[in-house]
Amino acid sequence: MIKFTLNGTEVSVEKGTTLLEAANFYGIEIPTLCYDEGLTPYGACRLCLVEIGEPGRSRLVSSCTYRVREGMIVRTHSERVVKSRKMLIELYLATCPSSKVIQDLASNYHVTSVRFRPKNEDCILCGLCVRMCDEQMQAKAISFINRGGRRLVSTPFERKSEDCRLCGACMYICPTCQARCQGPQEESTICNACLNLSPPCLEHFDDVMCYMDPCVACELDTKRKPKE
Amino acid sequence: MKKINSPAELEKLRESILESMDKDKPCISICTGTGCSASGALEVASAFEALIKERGIEANIDTKLTGCHGFCEQGPLIVLKPRNILYCRVQPEDVGEIVDKTLLKEEILERLLYVNPVTGERIALEEEVPFYNKQLRLTFGNNGQLEPTKIEDYLALGGYASLRKALEEMTPQEVLEEVKASGLRGRGGAGFPTGRKWESCFNAPGYPKYLICNADEGDPGCFQDRSILEGNPHSVIEGMIIGAYVVNSPEGYVYVRREYPLAIKNLSIAIDQAKEYGLLGENILGSNFSFDIKINRGGGAFVCGESSASIASIEGKVGEPRDKHTHATEKGLWNKPTILNNVKTWANIPLIIEKGARWFSSIGTENSKGTMIFSLTGKVNNTGLVEVPMGITLKELVYDLGGGVPDGKKLKAVQTGGPSGGCIPERLLDLPVDYEKLTEAGSMMGSGGMIVMDEDTCMVDVAKYFLLFTQDESCGCCFSCREGITRMLEIMEDVSRGESSLEQLDLLGELAQVVKDSTMCGLGQSCPNPVLSTIRYFEDEYRAHIMDKECPAGVCRDLITFTINEELCNGCGVCLKKCPAEAIQGEKKEPHAIIQEKCTSCGICLEVCKYDAVNKK
Repeated sequence: MIKFTLNGTEVSVEKGTTLLEAANFYGIEIPTLCYDEGLTPYGACRLCLVEIGEPGRSRLVSSCTYRVREGMIVRTHSERVVKSRKMLIELYLATCPSSKVIQDLASNYHVTSVRFRPKNEDCILCGLCVRMCDEQMQAKAISFINRGGRRLVSTPFERKSEDCRLCGACMYICPTCQARCQGPQEESTICNACLNLSPPCLEHFDDVMCYMDPCVACELDTKRKPKE
Repeated sequence: MKKINSPAELEKLRESILESMDKDKPCISICTGTGCSASGALEVASAFEALIKERGIEANIDTKLTGCHGFCEQGPLIVLKPRNILYCRVQPEDVGEIVDKTLLKEEILERLLYVNPVTGERIALEEEVPFYNKQLRLTFGNNGQLEPTKIEDYLALGGYASLRKALEEMTPQEVLEEVKASGLRGRGGAGFPTGRKWESCFNAPGYPKYLICNADEGDPGCFQDRSILEGNPHSVIEGMIIGAYVVNSPEGYVYVRREYPLAIKNLSIAIDQAKEYGLLGENILGSNFSFDIKINRGGGAFVCGESSASIASIEGKVGEPRDKHTHATEKGLWNKPTILNNVKTWANIPLIIEKGARWFSSIGTENSKGTMIFSLTGKVNNTGLVEVPMGITLKELVYDLGGGVPDGKKLKAVQTGGPSGGCIPERLLDLPVDYEKLTEAGSMMGSGGMIVMDEDTCMVDVAKYFLLFTQDESCGCCFSCREGITRMLEIMEDVSRGESSLEQLDLLGELAQVVKDSTMCGLGQSCPNPVLSTIRYFEDEYRAHIMDKECPAGVCRDLITFTINEELCNGCGVCLKKCPAEAIQGEKKEPHAIIQEKCTSCGICLEVCKYDAVNKK
């Protein structure tokens, strides 16, 4: 077993566990868009970022690909993490506002405005479909093509693929094309209809302990000092 | 060519090569690097060859086709040895005069000498030219002395002596300690201590271990790796063999861009020659140690210069970075321990072994040892490659070596570190150049790009240019990099059109910080640097674009207008003919006028007008 500090608490997990799995095991929810238990972690959506290391010398890493090391300090909801996550969610919203998954994330993280021009794209290039097709369906019918801003998911040479069995697994796992949010209007990009959760501790403690309001943990844990 | 079977045989061969050489024999060293070749060095070389043959003086004069000397701006360059007379911008028609006067009568041709742009004096000797004499050319200096396709030249200059020393006198552990003690840091950009990297691979379990030489140089305007591979490939090979000896690696790869055909050619020749001599391959110098080098040609993606992406590319996969939570030194190429170093890093290794860690660490600053090769480009008189000790100030680089800014313009900023670096303003020109100081100033060492910018440069435009580059070259895997760059560029384009707001400027800064913080690989983490550094030092320019709808440098097309001064215009009609947008009208010999609705602000009318009648505002 490997011991490490997760959001201020000493915990232990089996060797080889990723930070995301460890956090989920201890009931801490980390948002993801490109992760699925049955597929190889990819680290592309960047939403599962966590802060590792001593404050001041810390850095952000994607928790889905990072394996737990002995004695490491991990913070899943520090101010720095939440700030980056919120900006990424804002970018996701501007890119792909019709996805219910993304709109729900926005509600969870209190992203209430979008300062970028809406794009209304369908694909966020999370690569779930590509890995699903390869690893679970063993078909390898689709893959990424091109680079940078021109990158997209397609079949080889953009022709109808003979390897595709029309199984639909790619659509099943897609976070954007199945569950549609009816909320967003053309001018607003953002739905926020489900906006009901807020992390009250973050502003005071630079750490999230729960999502209740008022926060039970904050009130019970009197030893925890508010940040200066 | 006979295989060398022991260190003693190597020294014997070296002695015999030195004996056969006549140091006082006149020699014409012609730079045939890519830069000089483009300006006609190969024609000059064949003109020399033909003339020498015609005169029947082959026995009296040697010619050497060397690699890049670094002073590309003045090319084609030739140096006449033994006196080291430097002739610049030599053309085939000058060849006859050079042979007749300089070589046979020892007369110096004034018109081909280098002219100091500051003082106007003509300088005859290579070592007296300020561009050269302020340099400390440790890894780069031999480029002008040897013919890259002749291993004998390299041996004559003491080549492979460090390899002999390492194999004969030192254990792998001792070599490792020497590299660690030297304080050498990776020259590819990040500046990770080379000794520590090697040690980590040395201690990592697993066999075989691999070495990679990263020659996927892609920064705009950078060509030092290419110049070393073209001009002195054996120094890189020797460094790699020594590295392989430390970690007992059987195989190494040079990952080089396909766009570098001459580098690939010279390196292939060098590898073949080293193999023939038994310096590479099975049982090197008669020892039990064997090592081979293969060349891997990159397909041209900038991101493949990132270590994990180049490893993926060598493995035959898509050249995309992967999360480097396990170091390549533990699990790299084919999941085996791997040392990946830049060309310049490898070229430094023979020097450290030959002269010792103490000597090496005496050069440079506290945490940055040795020298660094910069590509000095942009608005500077002497452009080219310069090798200088770490800790030299930007001022010395730009004014002493670079000869200052042309046409009496004012210096505005120096951009270092390529598309991932930042712009350092004129007021910080006394900044000593080393890894830490550049990072503190919001830029980075990178692979040694250095672009000098004068007052006519718009910093918003510069940042926009680099974002365009990284947008194109990002692999597109990470959402934060792909979408972050696109959105930063969107805001930058609005700024350069004068259609932005201060809120958007704040958002740009915020977004840039998040992209820097949250992206997986080095490309994404450093691509916001041009934006962040220009906002930090040149916020007033951004504000001028946003608030006053003005581009102070007169670069951003949407914010400048061209008008014709009726008093100065004599109606010659040149601008009317040249205007690509057909936006100029007027009768012959009558003052012309610009139709603003059609004008694309390309500035051609301003360039072609001989009467200063076109105004830019």
